[in-house]
Amino acid sequence: MSTTTLTHDEAHHHEAPKGWRRWLFSTNHKDIGTLYLLFALIMLFLGGASAMLIRMELFQPGIQFLDPDLYNNLVTNHALIMIFGAVMPAAAGLANWMIPMMIGAPDMALPRMNNLSFWVLPAAATMLILSFVVPFFPGGGTQINTGWTIYPPLSVQVGMSMDFLIFAIHLLGISSVLASINIIVTLLNMRAPGMTLMTMPMFCWTWLVTAFLLILVVPVLAGGVTMLLFDRHFGTSFFDAAGGGDPVLFQHLFWFFGHPEVYILLLPSIGVLSHVIPAFSRKPLFGYKSMVGAMLAVATIGMVVWAHHQYTIGMSLGAVTYFMIGTILISIPVGLMVFNFIATMWRGSMTFETPMLFAVGIVLMFTFGGLSGVMLAVVPADMQYHDSMFVVAHFHYVLMPGAVFGLFAGVFYWLPKWTGHMYDEKLGKIFFWTNVIGFNITFFPQHFLGLAGMPRRIVDYNMMFTEFNVVSSIGAMIFGLSHLLLLYIVIKTIRGGKKAESRAWEGAKGLEWELDSPPAFHTWTVAPQIK
Amino acid sequence: MHNNHTNEAYGFESKPLSKPRKHDRFPYLQTCLKGGLLTTSMLTTGEAMAEYGLNFPEPAAGVAREIYGIHMMTMTIATVLLVIVFAFVFYSLFYHRKSRGYEADQEFHNSWFGNWSWVIVPALVLGVDLTIAGKADAVLKRVWDVPKEENIMDVKVTGHQWWWEFDYLDHDIKVESRFVPKDKSGDLYLREVDNRLVLPTGVKIRFLHTSADVLHAFWVPELAVKKDAIPGYVTETWAELDREGVFRGQCAEICGTWHSRMPIVVESVSPERFAAWTEDQKAIKVAAAAEASADKEWSMDDLLAKGKGLYETKCAACHQVNGMGLPPAFPPLNGSALTTGAIADHLDIVIKGKEGTAMQPWGTLNDLEIAAIVTYERNSWDNKTGDVVQPADVKQAR
Repeated sequence: MSTTTLTHDEAHHHEAPKGWRRWLFSTNHKDIGTLYLLFALIMLFLGGASAMLIRMELFQPGIQFLDPDLYNNLVTNHALIMIFGAVMPAAAGLANWMIPMMIGAPDMALPRMNNLSFWVLPAAATMLILSFVVPFFPGGGTQINTGWTIYPPLSVQVGMSMDFLIFAIHLLGISSVLASINIIVTLLNMRAPGMTLMTMPMFCWTWLVTAFLLILVVPVLAGGVTMLLFDRHFGTSFFDAAGGGDPVLFQHLFWFFGHPEVYILLLPSIGVLSHVIPAFSRKPLFGYKSMVGAMLAVATIGMVVWAHHQYTIGMSLGAVTYFMIGTILISIPVGLMVFNFIATMWRGSMTFETPMLFAVGIVLMFTFGGLSGVMLAVVPADMQYHDSMFVVAHFHYVLMPGAVFGLFAGVFYWLPKWTGHMYDEKLGKIFFWTNVIGFNITFFPQHFLGLAGMPRRIVDYNMMFTEFNVVSSIGAMIFGLSHLLLLYIVIKTIRGGKKAESRAWEGAKGLEWELDSPPAFHTWTVAPQIK
Repeated sequence: MHNNHTNEAYGFESKPLSKPRKHDRFPYLQTCLKGGLLTTSMLTTGEAMAEYGLNFPEPAAGVAREIYGIHMMTMTIATVLLVIVFAFVFYSLFYHRKSRGYEADQEFHNSWFGNWSWVIVPALVLGVDLTIAGKADAVLKRVWDVPKEENIMDVKVTGHQWWWEFDYLDHDIKVESRFVPKDKSGDLYLREVDNRLVLPTGVKIRFLHTSADVLHAFWVPELAVKKDAIPGYVTETWAELDREGVFRGQCAEICGTWHSRMPIVVESVSPERFAAWTEDQKAIKVAAAAEASADKEWSMDDLLAKGKGLYETKCAACHQVNGMGLPPAFPPLNGSALTTGAIADHLDIVIKGKEGTAMQPWGTLNDLEIAAIVTYERNSWDNKTGDVVQPADVKQAR
């Protein structure tokens, strides 16, 4: 099975190029993976800084630091940066690094396209940041005060920032679709001989489904924002009721993308968990086939329940009933996934290194977020929850544990493989605890704010909401600053540390652990035979 | 404008939402401490529930009671499921660990349970789902569609940037409702309005929601029905108030700069008091109309006095009391080409609005009101045009 030595020898005649060319012209999946991860890390700090500004403003009632438009601009940018800048590129970075190594392929199937799909991102990020800063220059127009959903007619009122944002979304979409095509082609064509679809690592499965979802829904968003661009500048009335258009149409287009997007963010992290939990439980993943089935069910049902984000637009009884029942039914495959993770831990021989801590945190907190999701799915109850802080609490409980903690788990799990050094376990654990405690202090109280009647996206609030906002803001400072520790740990690990073995973790299984740590520049140039 | 004195005239008491709390020497520290204690003693004491609003406020309509019921049911189910999941995970975390010498059961997934769990677990979850969906569907049927009754009372709710307009279609009354600045609203800042939405108890009320500009959403938790206000759409909700009181909510859909300043205050009164209120509103309206249509030449001073009040309620949210606006979104009126240029252009933009911006058409105001506002804008701050715009000029400009 192992051909590590051969791979190593062959790789010697083709070492990494030096200098900036290595990165700008890179067609190497490992280097591009690193670029994706670094990009995501930078964006994580930008998005996090904007979130901390938001929470600083909400620390007390009244308008202290931010004028209302700047506040709403930050709200918009926080969401877009985190979703498109941090989580999706980080997941793509893991895919780039790990998929070829996991399936015994020498690289991604389309290495030059891989280069393009990364290098579109910095351009997109520049556009996104410009959409934030342009209003501060003379003649820059008004700020984007719409939230990330950019619903018209409000988004038609916004100045030229909105055009920057629309083009940023186009570029981000192009990057995602190209990366998805690459991943699908790689997974379908480049698996080592003997590795079937139903025996490939679960992380590959999650990315296969994610990539199909992206290709299906991103063009719909691109179409929607293009129509918005036309409404803004070329006299069309797609979304303008006065011209025979329909403002609600945009919402349908947006959420046709937006709801599957939730699973796009979530699934790669589910894939990471499917490796981390078995490794630290020292027993195989429970229910491989049901996991694949559940994932396909989530993706399928997830495509057809988008309007549960729009229960308040005045749909007919029949329509809301359908969307309600469809949404509630998603709990079946998601419940099965969570069950499989718990069953994997059950009767295992567990140890709790940092990746496992995050994994356990995900199982617990994602379940919590999922259950509040079932509450939100119930239409009559949603008439209260809708657009309140309860929703903010809910989706942060789904996306932070579900997506971001999964990425953290993956980074800590594979960092020894990438760098050849073990990270500082003690610091890793401190990071986990400050992060998770900070997260819960931040978002748990927001459930109560929502129930008590505080809408989301408001810069100023009545004093009756003060207490929980104070708690939430203090939590947010702990949570936000804890990420500096992550940065420190990552830098420290890159620079040195205890030498990592090929199989860095006792219970780790899979082809990637048969390669050296760090792996050679080119690996699996001769495909391993899977028996 | 017609009913500025509702509250005083009827002496309806506004009840503060929560007891004003005393903050002595260390207000910040106290709030922090209280907040910290709260998270630990969450949901344990009834008193805390009442004071800090841990759950929905007590419903004031049948629809809201149904919704409260389904909310409590799903929350209970969710809590029970959460406890079960946590129990299994923590049991496993405690007993199945290497440090206790526990050997992993490598064949667990091949056991009978391992082979059939993919059927058993979805079946169990489906059972829970059907319980929730069944109940929810029954409630939904009762609350979603407006009852088809002849004598239902219609209130049209129009969202504006950034105020609410309530049209009592059966009574021919229009109420404009705006937020009250902090110096006048005190503890009720952002929860108090100048003119309330006065509604009778024991009558089925249909709310017709629409918007004059961007999306808004009408939300009063005691009534529970939240619905978006969408330009070009009329959506509907309904409620039958079953207790008197003052219920506060706010706009729930982001609508631009002052989204936070769109409170809604519903004042629920007995049908008798509601009848008296409608009579009074009609009288005020008749008097105002008579004043506006009188063929009278108004003096500069009278127009300025009227215009100042009108400007500060209707225009100052965007253009600011000092006329400096908030550029670039809201242009200044002080020293602008518009307010010091041709009167016709000035009237035109006030009456017809400016497309693609937050400047809405104000043509629904009467001639006198527009004349007063325009006169005020042309002769205030640094603007010294000396123009006096008469209601007759406005009539001509329409």
